[in-house]
Amino acid sequence: MKCLNQTHKVFFDSRSVPRAFWENGDEDVTIKILFCGVCHSDLHVAKNEWGFTNYPVVPGHEMVGTVMKVGSDVKKFKVGERVGVGVIVGSCKKCESCQQDLENYCPQTIFTYNSHYTDGTKTYGGYSDMIVVDERYVLRFPDNLPLEGGAPLLCAGITVYSPMKYYGMTEPGKHLGVAGLGGLGHVAVKMGKAFGLKVTVISSSPKKETEAIERLGADSFLVTSDPAKMKAALGTMDYIIDTVSAVHPLLPLLSLLKLNGKLVTVGLPDKPLELPIFPLVLGRKLVGGSDIGGMKETQEMLDFCAKHGIAADVEVIQMDYINTAMERLAKSDVRYRFVIDVASSLSQ
Amino acid sequence: MAMLSENEHPVKAFGWAARDSSGHLSPFKFSRRAIEEKDVTFKVLYCGICHSDLHNVKNEWGITSYPVIPGHEIVGVVTEVGTKVTKFKVGDKVGIGCMVGSCHSCANCKDNLENYCPKMILTYGTKYYDGTITHGGYSDIMVSDEHFVIKIPDNLPLDGGAPLLCAGITVYSPLKYYGLDKAGMHLGVVGLGGLGHMAVKFAKAMGLKVTIISTSPNKKEEAVDHLGADGFLVSRNIEEMQSAMDTMDGIIDTVSAVHALLPLIGLLKTNGKLVMVGAPEKPLELPVLPLLLGRKIVGGSGIGGIKETQEMIDFAAKHNIVADIEVIPMDYVNTAMERLLKADVKYRFVIDIANSLKPI
Repeated sequence: MKCLNQTHKVFFDSRSVPRAFWENGDEDVTIKILFCGVCHSDLHVAKNEWGFTNYPVVPGHEMVGTVMKVGSDVKKFKVGERVGVGVIVGSCKKCESCQQDLENYCPQTIFTYNSHYTDGTKTYGGYSDMIVVDERYVLRFPDNLPLEGGAPLLCAGITVYSPMKYYGMTEPGKHLGVAGLGGLGHVAVKMGKAFGLKVTVISSSPKKETEAIERLGADSFLVTSDPAKMKAALGTMDYIIDTVSAVHPLLPLLSLLKLNGKLVTVGLPDKPLELPIFPLVLGRKLVGGSDIGGMKETQEMLDFCAKHGIAADVEVIQMDYINTAMERLAKSDVRYRFVIDVASSLSQ
Repeated sequence: MAMLSENEHPVKAFGWAARDSSGHLSPFKFSRRAIEEKDVTFKVLYCGICHSDLHNVKNEWGITSYPVIPGHEIVGVVTEVGTKVTKFKVGDKVGIGCMVGSCHSCANCKDNLENYCPKMILTYGTKYYDGTITHGGYSDIMVSDEHFVIKIPDNLPLDGGAPLLCAGITVYSPLKYYGLDKAGMHLGVVGLGGLGHMAVKFAKAMGLKVTIISTSPNKKEEAVDHLGADGFLVSRNIEEMQSAMDTMDGIIDTVSAVHALLPLIGLLKTNGKLVMVGAPEKPLELPVLPLLLGRKIVGGSGIGGIKETQEMIDFAAKHNIVADIEVIPMDYVNTAMERLLKADVKYRFVIDIANSLKPI
C-alpha cells in the first residue's frame, strides 16, 4: 500500500493534523464516514489514561458510512453500500483465533486508532471524513438500521452481544442483571429483552429507574445502596453483565447470582478488583471477561439488531461540540451515546 | 457434654473428638441413631484426614460446635440395612463423603446437586433432621440414609480409596463441569497436596497433559517421576512462568492461602479457565484486563453431588486411581494434624480405624 500525506481537519483543535491517507489496496474499501459514535474508550485514549496513547490520536471506532471505492479483489462490497467499521482494522489472519473468526483475540490485532499497521504506519479512527480498510474488517450495515443509532453497535453493541452468546445468556425466561446503565448497559438491556430474558438493571443511581423501566423496557431496577432490595434479590439471577468501569465490589453482584451463575465483566477498571472466593466455591459461580467480538460475530450482531429493531439511544452532535461531549461523558451525562454527525460537520 | 452425646441415641458408638479450639483430639464415647427403613449401618474401616477436618477442629471458620468428631472420607463394610434399602446389602464395601442429608425436593437436589442444596447436612458438625449434631468418620460405625452412601467397587483398595470421597470429587467435579476433561488439553494444577495430587491423577487418566505449578522446587522429581505430571513450574521463577504463558486450557487451583491470580491467568490460553477449589478466607486480587483480553474466567467448585461422586469412584476404580497415603493408627492423629499443617504428608493421612480405634 502506498501512503500519501494529506492534511485533514480533525477535532480537538482546528489546526490541521497530518494524516496518512492510504491508497486503496486490492482488498481494501474506501469509506466516506457519515457518523461516528463517541465511546468511553475514546476518552480514555485521548487523555492517555491507559498510558499507551501515541499522539496525535484520531479516536473513533463506531463509524458508519458509504463505500466510495473498492479494490480489485473486494468481494463483499460495492460502491454506494452502507457499511460500518468497528474497533479493529487488521489482524494476522493466520493464528488459531483468526481462523476461528475471533480476530479480536489475535495477539496481533490492529486497532482502528492509536495502533500500527504491519509497516509501522499509524491507524486513525472515525472522527474523520474517510477511512480505508481491508474488507475483512468492514461490516455490512443493514438497510433498516438507522445510521446514527446503529453506529454505537459497532463497539458497544458487540461488546455486550458477544459475551451474551459465549456465556449462554440467551435462554428465554432466564434472568439477566445489567450492572451500570450507560452506553454498554442500555444496549445490554435491549438485547436481553430481545433474547426473551427477564432483565434487571443494577445501578447506584436511583434516578435512572423510570428511564430503565419505561423507556428501555427493563423488568426491574435494583439500587445497590438499598440493602433490603439487594437482600430480596439474592440468588435470583442466572447471569450478570457488568459494564461498570470504576473499581467496585464484586461480592454484592456475586450474591445476586443463582447456583452456576455467571458474572461477566466488560468494563475496564484501572485497578484490580477484590474477588471473594467462597461465593464462587459454594455456588459454583464464575467471573469471566469478554472483549468486543470477531468480525463474523459483529456482522451477526448487526443483523440481529436490525431484525429486532435494536439501536442505541443517541444524542447527535456536531464535530465542534466534541470536547464538551467528552466532558459530559466523563460525568456520564448522556443518554446513552454521543454520535458525531461527521458528514455534515467535518469538512476540509 | 460427653454424657449427653453418649445417651442421645440408642446405639453405642466410639470415636475421637475435639472438645475445644485447641483442636486436640481424644477418645470420645457417643451414640448413633437407630437404623431407619432407608438407612445403612456400616463398620468403619478407614477414614481419610482432610484439611477441612483440621480447620474444623480448630474452629478456624468460626462455625464449630464442640465436641466434634471430624472425618468425611469414610469407608467400611455394611453391617445392617433398613427395610426399604434397595442399593446395598450386608457385606458391601461402601463409603461416605461430605454429606449425609439434603432436602430432596429443591431444584438442586432434583438435579443431583445435593452439595448445593441450601439445607444440605454435612457429615459432621451439622444439625441432622432430628436436631442432633452429626458426627463424622473418626469413629467405629456410621448410620446413614442410603442415598448418601457410595458403593465402592471391589477392585478399589479401601485405604487409598477413602480420600476420593472428598479430595477426589472436589477435583473431578470441576474437571467435568468446566469441560477440562478432553484428551489432549493442557491442565495446570496449582499446589501439590491432597487435592493437587488427585487432580494430576484424574487429569492424566482423562488423557490431558498436566503441569504442576508449585512454590516448592523440591516437589518436582516426585511430581514428574512418581505422579506422572508432564511439566513442573516453580511459581516464583519468573522466567519459567513467562515461558509457559498462554499454554494452558485450564488450571485447577487447590491453594487455600492468599495468593496472586495474575500469573495464573497469564498461563491460560484464550478462553482459558482458572478453577478455584481451595478457598482462601480473604478475597484475592482480580486483574480485570487479562480476563477481558483473553475471554478467560475464574470459577469455583465445591465437592460434587452424590450421583457424580459415584461416577467418580467408578471412574477411579476403572483407571486404578487411588490417593497416595500414609496409613496411621488412631492415636497418631494429633501428630498427623500437626504434620498436615506443615503440609508434611504425601499426600493424605488415612486412619486405620478398624485396627486401631479401641474403645476406652
